[in-house]
Amino acid sequence: MVENRPLLTFFQHTILIFGVLLVVFPVYIAFVASTHEGRALTSGMLPLLPGNRMIENYNTILFGGMRQAGGVPVALMLFNSMVMALSIAVGKIAISLISAFAVVYFRFPFRMLAFWIIFITLMLPVEVRILPTFEVVANLGMLNSYAGLSIPLIASATATFLFRQFFLTVPDELTEAARIDGATPFQFFKDILLPLSRTNIAAIFVIMFIYGWNQYLWPLLITTDPSFTTIVMGIQRMVTVAEGQPQWHLAMATATLALLPPVLVVIVMQRLFVKGLVETEK
Amino acid sequence: MSFKRKLLATSTAMILIAGVTGANAQTEINFWHAMGGELGDRTADIAEGFNASQDQYKVNAVYRGNYTETMTAAIAGFRAGQQPHIVQVFEVGTATMMAAEGAIYPVYQLMEEHGRNWDPDVYLPAVVGYYADADNNILSMPFNSSTPVMYYNKAAFEAAGLDPESPPRTWNELVEASRTIMEANAAECGFTTAWQSWVQLENFSALHNVPFATKANGFEGLDTEFTFNGDLQKRHISNMREWQEEGIFRYGGRRGDPNPLFYTGECAIYMHSSAGQAAVEANADFEYGVAMLPYYDDVEGAPQNSIIGGATLWVLTGHSPEEYEGIAAFFAYLSEAEVQADWHQVTGYLPITMAAYELSQERGFYEENPGTDTSIKQMTLNEPTEYSRGLRLGNFVQIRDILNEELEEVWSGNKSAEQALDDAARRGNELLRQFEADNS
Amino acid sequence: MHKRVTFKGFAFPLALLAPQLLVTLIFFIWPAGQALYQSVLRQDPFGLRTTFVGLANFRRLFADSLYLNSFQITIFFSIAVTVLGLVLALLFAVMADRVIKGANGYKTMLILPYAVAPAIAGVLWWFMFNPSIGILAYAARGLGYNWNHQTNGGDAMTLVIIAAVWKQISYNFLFFLAGLQAIPKSLIEAAAIDGAGPWKRFWSIVFPLLSPTTFFLLVVNVVYAFFDTFGVIHATTSGGPGQSTNILVYKVYTDGFIGMNLGSSAAQSVILMGIVILLTTIQFRYIERRVQY
Repeated sequence: MVENRPLLTFFQHTILIFGVLLVVFPVYIAFVASTHEGRALTSGMLPLLPGNRMIENYNTILFGGMRQAGGVPVALMLFNSMVMALSIAVGKIAISLISAFAVVYFRFPFRMLAFWIIFITLMLPVEVRILPTFEVVANLGMLNSYAGLSIPLIASATATFLFRQFFLTVPDELTEAARIDGATPFQFFKDILLPLSRTNIAAIFVIMFIYGWNQYLWPLLITTDPSFTTIVMGIQRMVTVAEGQPQWHLAMATATLALLPPVLVVIVMQRLFVKGLVETEK
Repeated sequence: MSFKRKLLATSTAMILIAGVTGANAQTEINFWHAMGGELGDRTADIAEGFNASQDQYKVNAVYRGNYTETMTAAIAGFRAGQQPHIVQVFEVGTATMMAAEGAIYPVYQLMEEHGRNWDPDVYLPAVVGYYADADNNILSMPFNSSTPVMYYNKAAFEAAGLDPESPPRTWNELVEASRTIMEANAAECGFTTAWQSWVQLENFSALHNVPFATKANGFEGLDTEFTFNGDLQKRHISNMREWQEEGIFRYGGRRGDPNPLFYTGECAIYMHSSAGQAAVEANADFEYGVAMLPYYDDVEGAPQNSIIGGATLWVLTGHSPEEYEGIAAFFAYLSEAEVQADWHQVTGYLPITMAAYELSQERGFYEENPGTDTSIKQMTLNEPTEYSRGLRLGNFVQIRDILNEELEEVWSGNKSAEQALDDAARRGNELLRQFEADNS
Repeated sequence: MHKRVTFKGFAFPLALLAPQLLVTLIFFIWPAGQALYQSVLRQDPFGLRTTFVGLANFRRLFADSLYLNSFQITIFFSIAVTVLGLVLALLFAVMADRVIKGANGYKTMLILPYAVAPAIAGVLWWFMFNPSIGILAYAARGLGYNWNHQTNGGDAMTLVIIAAVWKQISYNFLFFLAGLQAIPKSLIEAAAIDGAGPWKRFWSIVFPLLSPTTFFLLVVNVVYAFFDTFGVIHATTSGGPGQSTNILVYKVYTDGFIGMNLGSSAAQSVILMGIVILLTTIQFRYIERRVQY
């Protein structure tokens, strides 16, 4: 805060509170839904206040064997999701950082071609190419494996693009200074660029973790072994009842539980990379 | 693609070797299905029951997503040489599966070649007819079949002074009842319908014994054309639009979206799948009844019989004879009266054999659970004619969407019923021609 | 746009790029090529019968007036989603960046929507706007508007825009915030000392310095609006009523995935891909030059 303007502060908080209400409202509804019994949701107006079935519903999910989601224990599903999300997040960040570094800080033939090849992965939705991708993965023997779950999703244009944007803002003077000091490109990368990129890495980590966490279609297709079920697959399974009625209260409870690890990641990331650590005094 | 062939050959060889050398090694059969929630548990129970009843084969029932996702998984699997043994496919995918000659292994052939004591006559004709070829050979095993019925709010009927035990049988009666109910403020609207194409056009046509498409609704050839824009159907949709304007009919969305309209008591009558009864039971706070669909009594031959929806089990090629024997054994198990009766009673899906139906009657199931046999009765009103056996139309998933879109134009007031049905027929025929070209 | 000061080397950068290029080639380029090749084929879903048909699939698309109608709807939808998503997120990010008390709370809450499982998110909107039991539909009726997105195309479009923007706000917010946090305090302080008020400071310093992030988000949001929104549509309106929310990518999804009409779906994907590449190229060419690095 640069100067003290109480009116502005009040205004800011108002907007933020309003924003939060707007944006979190559906999530709140999901939570409320998880604390009622099933029929409260379909035979009348959606309730606005939490009900009294919270313990019961969550008990059913956690200890009732989760038969709804195929008899796979919640712990296993959470574990699978965690492995997948972490692998994807870490993998994406690692290869995108070095790719962006290469594209921005070196001049070599085919440089822009490489960038566009990477970038073009954004231009075609997953569903369109999912059948042939499945074939490739099957031929490589990667079905029903953590590798198969994560590696095909690691090529990320988004992360590379973001890092490219960021690297372009880093002043040339820093690079010049490093070169004069005799630093190798790798040293420059490790000692100067990486620390500077902290907030961006944190942001990408959150996004990619959640992206990996919420993956549905790809894990569904390449795993036939139930022990690889992810928590999001479990939720979908509870909701997919052809002509009957899903158990909404249980599905919402599972979804609320599934929210917790991503929220944890968000909180942890925020504490690690606070504004102020990122000062670049010119 | 020699990699693929090598892989396929190797895995087949391995499976064969395993089958031959391992006397105690069970043959595994992969059964991919789309039954989520509770139904998934029931499906798993059946597989477990089979596995427990013998030790040669082991069926793995694996949930692969909804119908669309399961079908995609099976196709992806097939293309990569990783297909399952059994896959559950919804009824609108029948034409696609049938046309995939190199990929499917028709059930009647499977049972004749690998099964024991196969008697196709134990199956209810109305149920298997949909999935049989022109010579009445069963191509896929019915698993979860349903038919639309009419649920009605008995409490609302009583409040309006109508007899709750005499639901309307014809459309005229239904309209009259609706008006009475609305005037008495017992409900805001008269009726609504789920799955509008399935109920108000496909089943409507069958019930009145008029063709939905030429060539016996597509059973007799790929060069079929739509006739659902016939006079009777146009009259009906036109009526529905008038009723909507009067407030008697309320459109509640596609598929099962209109559920809340009935559960909250907003609409007194709901035309919906018979398999939805468990949900109605769980969600409706009032007493409800189950009746047959209404019909126009000035149409000769009505009511004929209704057709089924749901899904069946298809067997895919590319597996060993041992595995096929296992599948045949599993299907035989599935068709046993006990197993069918249990499945039917617990899920609300139709039993596929006469024996299962009779067993349920013997057990007094229908007395204890009134309304659960309405579906069977409606389906077996008469012997199916060429117009009421079912549908065999390609690209039908998209065609249903077209019908949804065009009907919605009517409900939004953008098109007349005649125009919408004609447009739908034109667009649908294009897709039929594409299917014909793709599969000839 | 490239750095004036770079390192020398050829093998080293290529080695750096190798992992990503490799994964891209194996798991994207190769399968995507196969998928796109489908657009000139006519094939049954199982791949048993294949015929080469040249541009027939494309011709059929352009002859279909509904396909052209879908273009219009898509453009409207994409602009609305992109603009709303960016503006709202920027507003929240700027506010969140400036407050001290409760900052972490706000930030966590605003990022939350992105973490909701997509299957559940779609369902929530279905529940909230359902004309019979939806709390928001009820509120609309309270304000005098008879909400019914099942028969009113305008309502349906509003619904899907809201649902699509909701998710994107979190995403954009996160990156805007990261971008804002990277702006050195000293610059802002200097401007304040010079007498510039918050509004002026924002437009003359913050916004330009934020422009690399803004550009990134602009491109990504356009892509999102075109490609990733079919899930939302599928869960709420299924493209209806009638044609009113039948955006291009939804047609790709229904034709290819649900209808198993791979040839047509591939053809539509080619066209869609062309559009997005065109838009992206335009953005890189004309908008990037205004970005201050």
